[in-house]
Formats: sequence, structure tokens, C-alpha cells
Amino acid sequence: MPVQHTQRAATARRAAPSDRTARLLTGWGRTAPTGAQVLRPHTRQEAVEAVLACGARGSIPRGLGRSYGDAAQNAGGTVLDTTGLDRVLAIDAAAGTVTCEAGVSLHRLMTVLLPLGWFVPVTPGTRYVTVGGAIGADIHGKNHHVSGSFTRHVRSLELLTADGQVRQVAPGSELFDATAGGMGLTGLVLSATVRLLPVETSLMTVDTERLPDLDSLLATLTATDHRYRYSVAWIDLLARGTAAGRAVLTRGDHAPLAALEGRGRPARAARREPLAFRPVRLPPAPRTVPGGLLRGSTVGAFNKLWYHKAPRRRRGELQRLASFFHPLDGLPHWNRVYGSAGFVQWQCVVGHEHDDALRRIVRLISRRSCPSFLAVLKRFGPGDPGWLSFPTEGWTLALDIPAGLPGLADFLDLLDEEVAVAGGRLYLAKDARMRPELLPAMYPRLDDFRALRARLDPRGLFTSDLARRLAL
Amino acid sequence: MKDAFGSPQSLLVLGGTSEIALATVRRFMARRARTVWLASRPGPGLDAAAAGLRDEAAAHGAEVTVRTVPFDALAPETHEEVLEKVFAEGDIDLVLLAFGVLGDQRSDEDDPMAAVRVTRTNYTGAVSSGLVCARALRAQGHGSLVVLSSVAGERARRANFIYGSSKAGLDAFAQGLGDALHGSGVHVLVVRPGFVHSRMTAGRAPAPFATTPGAVAEVIEHGVRRRASTVWVPGVLGPVMGVLRHLPRALFRRLPG
Repeated sequence: MPVQHTQRAATARRAAPSDRTARLLTGWGRTAPTGAQVLRPHTRQEAVEAVLACGARGSIPRGLGRSYGDAAQNAGGTVLDTTGLDRVLAIDAAAGTVTCEAGVSLHRLMTVLLPLGWFVPVTPGTRYVTVGGAIGADIHGKNHHVSGSFTRHVRSLELLTADGQVRQVAPGSELFDATAGGMGLTGLVLSATVRLLPVETSLMTVDTERLPDLDSLLATLTATDHRYRYSVAWIDLLARGTAAGRAVLTRGDHAPLAALEGRGRPARAARREPLAFRPVRLPPAPRTVPGGLLRGSTVGAFNKLWYHKAPRRRRGELQRLASFFHPLDGLPHWNRVYGSAGFVQWQCVVGHEHDDALRRIVRLISRRSCPSFLAVLKRFGPGDPGWLSFPTEGWTLALDIPAGLPGLADFLDLLDEEVAVAGGRLYLAKDARMRPELLPAMYPRLDDFRALRARLDPRGLFTSDLARRLAL
Repeated sequence: MKDAFGSPQSLLVLGGTSEIALATVRRFMARRARTVWLASRPGPGLDAAAAGLRDEAAAHGAEVTVRTVPFDALAPETHEEVLEKVFAEGDIDLVLLAFGVLGDQRSDEDDPMAAVRVTRTNYTGAVSSGLVCARALRAQGHGSLVVLSSVAGERARRANFIYGSSKAGLDAFAQGLGDALHGSGVHVLVVRPGFVHSRMTAGRAPAPFATTPGAVAEVIEHGVRRRASTVWVPGVLGPVMGVLRHLPRALFRRLPG
């Protein structure tokens, strides 16, 4: 029999029915701030009222603000802060599903579910995203080549649309496919039921290896990635010449109980409490960091150190879950290290058959000496049906670059062209600057998306800065 | 919407035939600008400016819509109606307040009504149109208002104090407006160029640190990207004027020009 389990958030509720404040908002990259009224509904009734009451400039849901660009901003309009909708409604231990409200974060799900032996089906590089945001951006993780993107694991969801109706949306329907990766533009997700992954411990067994160049990295990923549930490569884009694209590849899976028999500190500690989840957090980065700390020379030195510090090859290392999946979550507000100018993240995917385009892109970035120390390369598996869902089968490359870098705007346009010519696409949850003209070719279902929005929300009440910039 | 690098998609130029403004529009058209409104007194000058931009867009293969709208800085009572119509057609990401007249200092000193015309254009007209635009920008929650001031407004000089005082008023107004809009998502950039080689200054002896409309446009683009509140063109005029404004009057009066 399924175990029903309801949990109220521990956070204190304010007395106001839904708090309203005028705020200046940016994405995680801290570029292009715009002003909006932020409303934080706590119940579905308040959410319905908020959606019906928004003015001509409409509203957009916003979770924890981890989209890098302007996806969760709505200049001059309303932004619906979903973090007030924070109840875990039911955990079905027999079926392995959780039903929760949209504002519940993956961090909270892990805290609640890991002790019960369950893990979220997909996690990005941060736990601080909400379930609603995970659906809106159709996020992916290191297991995309095995498990697909987040919405593949969504059994059903409740969507509040512009007419004030709450609709039950099931996979396979048009509305589901428009909402999966739809950047919050079809409506406000109120709750979702998500299929979980059973785990025996909260540790990971990890294989690490160093690859001296891009060719050997691509060859290794192609040959052996299917053996691992999780896989990602950190790639050094500042190395020149033959070393361009050298990488540290980490791949692994959840450690079974049997793996804790070994020696070493994590194993000993975990034997007492195999499902403990207590991630370490440092004090936050300071509010003001001088710009220009991250330049070619400093990042180049960091990358060199990082590459050489990694073991040439190591097998079966036990790592804590948070350090494997979310190393940056250890430093709250790490986005501040880019200074007041902020940064942009550029992420593309090109098909496996277009690895020549990938090589050209890596060469261009390496030659340009983009100071990027957070560059990752991954092999995506088959894509999911979401109309604006980003992942498609192929190579995905993501990198962070300080926004103040001279000439960056034109340089990224050049990279976009390479992606477009190769039939690839850019990730809307990361984008803050792409040329709108490239979008229809990158997302062939864009017209269906626009048509559905026009039917569902003729007055365009769900809209965002991203939607305005790219005419979504 | 502006992108992460402050590149606007839609522009409104008040003073649509200004060479500095058109050079700025061209820079933004090379990036993301796809809608351009030129507001100015109707006439062949405005038509030529619009046609020039259209030709340039076509040469680059970009689909840019260039529209003109009749606008008279000297008729502040019409500004609300004229400009609100523009904003009603869609968001404006960047407003360039670029109109202004130099006047003729020597003759204007003997013709008070001509002098008043300079101040009504440069200052009063900017106050009314600036306020109308500021209200619309605040309502849309984003956008930049770029105001073309001048080094002449930093300290009044014997040689051009009528023009200089009108720019001083404009500059103070724009700074205050920038503070009023702080936190609303709207950004105000005050641009203080020195002597700019253009139609407006044709036939005049260039002052030291003279610059060009293209150079001013480049500094504006960079200032918008950085969300700066003030820029000087060329940049060295900032420290230079910082010194000049503290010179004793007796000394300042004797400076050439």
C-alpha cells in the first residue's frame, strides 16, 4: 500500500496573503536587470488570483532564479515567485514517486527523499532549482545519455493557465509537450508527480580519467559512456595547440551498500548512516567583487592546475553526492565572482555527426583565449518530445564567460553561426543574447509552440523578457 | 529587450537628424536593433536620414523597420501625445535624446528671443520630452535614456554661455532623472562630448580634444553596455574638466576660446 506522507515547510509564513514587492531582477548571470512586481502566492487560490489580476504586461513564474539569462524576468509586469508553493504533498514508496508543489527545490527533495532511499531522477549542476523550473527548462544532468531530461520522469502535472483554469496535464498531450521546456510561457505549474530513482547510499562511486586532447575525449566518450549512469567532462578551453580540449572525465553511479565495505574515510562514516545527506556550505561570496579577476592569465593558470591535479586514472573512488553533482553549491552566490558586469553562459548541442563543428568551436574558443574555467562537455542521448526542450542527441558544450570581455558579443554570434550551420541549437535557460532570427531553425516546433500559446493565452498574459527578446 | 551586452532591439531618437544619433543608431543596427523611430521636424532632412538607415540595413541584409514621427522640441505641449503613440506600438529599449541647437552667441546676446529659443530647445524641450519618455520607460520596467549633454554645460564660458547654460540645465535634469529612475529597471546615461566635428559645428574652429560623431557613438554603446551614468568623449575630458571647473574665475575667464 502506498505510504502517504505530507509535510509542511518549516519556514515561517508571513501574514500577508501574498507578498508584493517592486524588485529589480536578473538571472543567475546578473546581466540585463529589469523591474517587476514580485508576488509570492502561498496557496493555489492565491496563485489563481495573482494570475487573473496581472495587468497588460502579464506575468511569469520564477523559482530560485538559476536560469542564467532573462527567462524568469518580466519587465514592467508581474513575476510570480513560486517558492511560497513549497509543500511536498505525497511520497508513494511503492511506486517510487513524489508529488509536490512547484516551488519545492531539488535540494529539499533530496533532504526529504534520500533518507527514504530515493533520489531525484535528474539533477543539474545545482540542487537549488525548483520542480517548476526543472519542468519549464526541461533540465538535464550528467545522466542524460541514459535517463533523458527531467520531464521524461514527470508522470503528471497541474498547470494554471491564463484563463484561471487549473488543468491536469499528462505526458503525450500537446499541452505537456509545450510546457516541457516551455520556459513558463504556457502557465504556472502548480504541482507535479515525479518518478524517483531508488538508491542504497548517498555516496557515489566515481571513475576519473585525464584525456590529453579533444580527440581522445570524444573517442573515450563514444566508446564507453554507455557503461556509466553519470558522465561529464570538464574541458580546458585555454590550453593551446594539441592540448586544446584536454579534459578531466568523471563518470560514476550511486554506490551500492556493498561498496561501503572498503577502507577510507567516506566509507567508514557512511557505514553508520549510508543515506545521510548533509552537504557542506561555505560562507557566501562577498557582495562586491572587483571585475576583471577572471582573465585569460588567471583562469589559464587555474585550468592548468586543475588538469594536472586530477589523477591520470582512478577507479571506484567514493565521493559524497553533493561534491559529485553540485560542487558549486558549496559556495553560495558564486555568481558574484564575475564582478558587477556579470557573466553569460553559452551552451550548445550539435549532433554526433557534426563533431567537426564541435572541433571548430573548441578551436575558436581556445584561440580567442576566453577566460572560462567552468567549461563542460557531455554526450546527450536521444531528446525528449518537449517542443522547446533543449537536449537532442549529440555533443553539448557549456561555458561561462565574463560579460565584460571586450568583443564578446560578436564572438558569441560567430559561435552561434557554427551551431546553426551544423543544425544544432542553444539552450534557452542559459541564453541572454542570441540573435532571434536563428531560433526557428534551432527549434523546428517553434511555430507549433506559438500557435498553442496564441490559442491558450490569446492576450499573451504569460510572458517574459526572454519571450519578448526572442519573440517566442 | 536589451540583451546581456546592453544591445537594444528598438530605438527612439529625438532629434532624428542628429549626426551623433545616426552614428549611434548604425552601431546598434549592426548588433540587434530591428526597429528604429526617428522623431524630428518633418522635412527632407528627416526623410534622408530614414532613407540612409534603410539603405544601410538593406546592404547588411538585416530586416530593420525605420519609421519617422513628426516631433518639435519647441512645442512641448505636443510631446505627450506624439511620444505616447510611439510607445503604444511596442517597447522602446533605448531613447536617444539628441536634439539641440548651438545658436550664435554673439548675435544672440543682442537678440534675447533668439537666446530663449536656444534654451527652449535644448532645455525646456528636453524636460518635457524626457519626462514623457521616463514615464513610459518606467511603466515598461526596462530601457535606457541616453541624453546628449556637453562639456559646455560643465562650466559656462564667455564664448558660449547661452548654449552652455542650456546644456547645464539639461545635464542637471538628466542626472536627477537618473536618480529618480534608479531601481526601476530604467537607466539614464548622460553623455558629455567635447567639440564634435559635424554639421552643427561646421565652419567653427575646433577646440582641443575635438572628436567625431562615430567616436561619440562608440562611447555611447559602451556606456549603455556598462550601464554607466556619465561618459565623456573623449574620456580624457573628464579629468580635464575636473581641473578646469575649479580654476579661479579670473584665470578661467582668460582661457582662449
